[in-house]
Amino acid sequence: MNHTIEAQSIKLGYGSKVIIPEMDIVIDKPEIISIIGPNGSGKSTLLKALSRILIPLAGCVLLAGKDIHQLQPRQVAKIMAILPQTVHAPGDMTVYDLVAYGRMPYKKMFEKLDSDDQECMAAALEATGIRKMLHRRLDSLSGGERQRAWLAMALAQEPRLLLLDEPTTYLDIHHQLELMKLVRKLHQDMQITVIMVLHDLNHAARFSQRMIAVKDGLLFADGPVEEVFTVENLRALYGVETTIMTIEQGGSSHRVCFPHDSCLTQGA
Amino acid sequence: MREVAIDPRGTWRTGISITGLVALVAALFWGIRVGAVPFSAYDIWNVFIAPASNEAYQIIYNIRVPRVLVGALTGINLALAGCILQGVLRNPLADPGIIGVSAGAGLAAMSVMILWPGLMALVPAVAFIGALLAAGIVFLLSWDRGIQPLRLILAGVALAAFFGGGMSALMVFHSDKVQGTVNWMAGGFQGRSWNHVQMILPYSLVGVLGTMLSYRHLNALQLGDEVAKGLGIRVEKARFFLVVLAALLAASAVSVAGLLGFVGLIIPHIARMLVGSDFEYLMPCAAVLGATIVVAADTVARTIFSPVEVPVGIFMAFLGAPFFIYLLRKGMQR
Repeated sequence: MNHTIEAQSIKLGYGSKVIIPEMDIVIDKPEIISIIGPNGSGKSTLLKALSRILIPLAGCVLLAGKDIHQLQPRQVAKIMAILPQTVHAPGDMTVYDLVAYGRMPYKKMFEKLDSDDQECMAAALEATGIRKMLHRRLDSLSGGERQRAWLAMALAQEPRLLLLDEPTTYLDIHHQLELMKLVRKLHQDMQITVIMVLHDLNHAARFSQRMIAVKDGLLFADGPVEEVFTVENLRALYGVETTIMTIEQGGSSHRVCFPHDSCLTQGA
Repeated sequence: MREVAIDPRGTWRTGISITGLVALVAALFWGIRVGAVPFSAYDIWNVFIAPASNEAYQIIYNIRVPRVLVGALTGINLALAGCILQGVLRNPLADPGIIGVSAGAGLAAMSVMILWPGLMALVPAVAFIGALLAAGIVFLLSWDRGIQPLRLILAGVALAAFFGGGMSALMVFHSDKVQGTVNWMAGGFQGRSWNHVQMILPYSLVGVLGTMLSYRHLNALQLGDEVAKGLGIRVEKARFFLVVLAALLAASAVSVAGLLGFVGLIIPHIARMLVGSDFEYLMPCAAVLGATIVVAADTVARTIFSPVEVPVGIFMAFLGAPFFIYLLRKGMQR
């Protein structure tokens, strides 16, 4: 089965406030895709629409060719897992409890977790490196560990598409890096398509293959990182002068940008 | 993958379940035994084994047993309603009053008691209808493509204030007749009969069945709407049915017990401290705890100043609120 997700001339907003007047996007390859753009540009709104949390005012989001809001929510949950920017869980909940929720789409009304579910949860815990924290309470975990527990829940859904909204927001640079590397590893090992909203452009440039830049509710640029991540685009998107250079490190290279001055005339 | 399956909390949960059920049976038994005329276990045994129309049978079968049953069912319904609302609204202060049921039942019952005292027998039915009407109004006010939790809380508070005004007006204009309503407003089980058991039992059954069907939804809703949607839950639909279920549970409870506060707010918190916030364990625990505490408190309330009966609502507020504050402080220190 293909897991193409497609936005067809979607109009997005809340009530009468339109955030994105019209947009088309096709995501048909298992890549890591970063959505970037300035505050208020509509990138989170776009991710919410793709993850069926927000119903488009017009147009539709198609998953494997079918309107995502016409599909059974449980069926979608077996293909797509989402992790919102801020998540809450009762502090006394354990990692086990949280990861078990990831099996919910696979369970009927009174069905208990069986050995297949246990296998799957074990794999998710293994992949995120928190297997030994299985019975720890969530409120005893550090920010980075907690984020990995949530990721393990998403992985227990056995998704083909993983949608993350600023997954590194509350983490220090060490844990940010660990999380991004984990996301890349999951993508490589399981061929999961990852679509994420990222504020950190250098993470976006380093860890994704494709970038979608959104500005004022419109698609500003969409393509491989080398095409989108340019001095001109960043100036137009953010109104910031940057220097972009390539860092060679450990046999691989990636681009980084150094913002050094704002230029209001160009950007705004 | 054995270690995933073995949960260290299992023993604790089993222990709590057994203790809870034993306590409930003990409370029921004690409630039947003590009173103005105390009975022995042998008397109670006889009532069920060899019914004879003697005094013991009359008191036990027609007064004590229905009273403890109404108390237990009320406790179950209020505790479950509180659990559901606190979960669905993600607000620790939510209780059955927040969806307007107390205010609606109170105004409706008070109107009957003051304006049409001849229809006294209809008070439970009228209170039930009043409760559901008020909940319906709160639903309508909070509706925006599904029930919005924050709007629901605000609408509930506003409606409670409005209906509270109505009750105050009744009291002011009919101050001579207020006396008869006081006991009902405080909540209590004096003179509850098998009719009342029949009135509340169907809703308790629906509530227990409903919670068995819905604990997974409640668990998912605890994680926030977005995560719940991501897990394949139809959030708006689930929330609507759960709030309706809570409204029915609470309305049936206030219709037989009057405005018994405290139970719906505090029992869920105590249950959460005992077994944690997984609804699969939280709701059975709260139900048993609610039943036990209401029955035990009612028994104490009617015997402690015998022959005067203290309405159990007052008794619970005086003992329960300080105990609850103690628990909270203890919980915070940990």
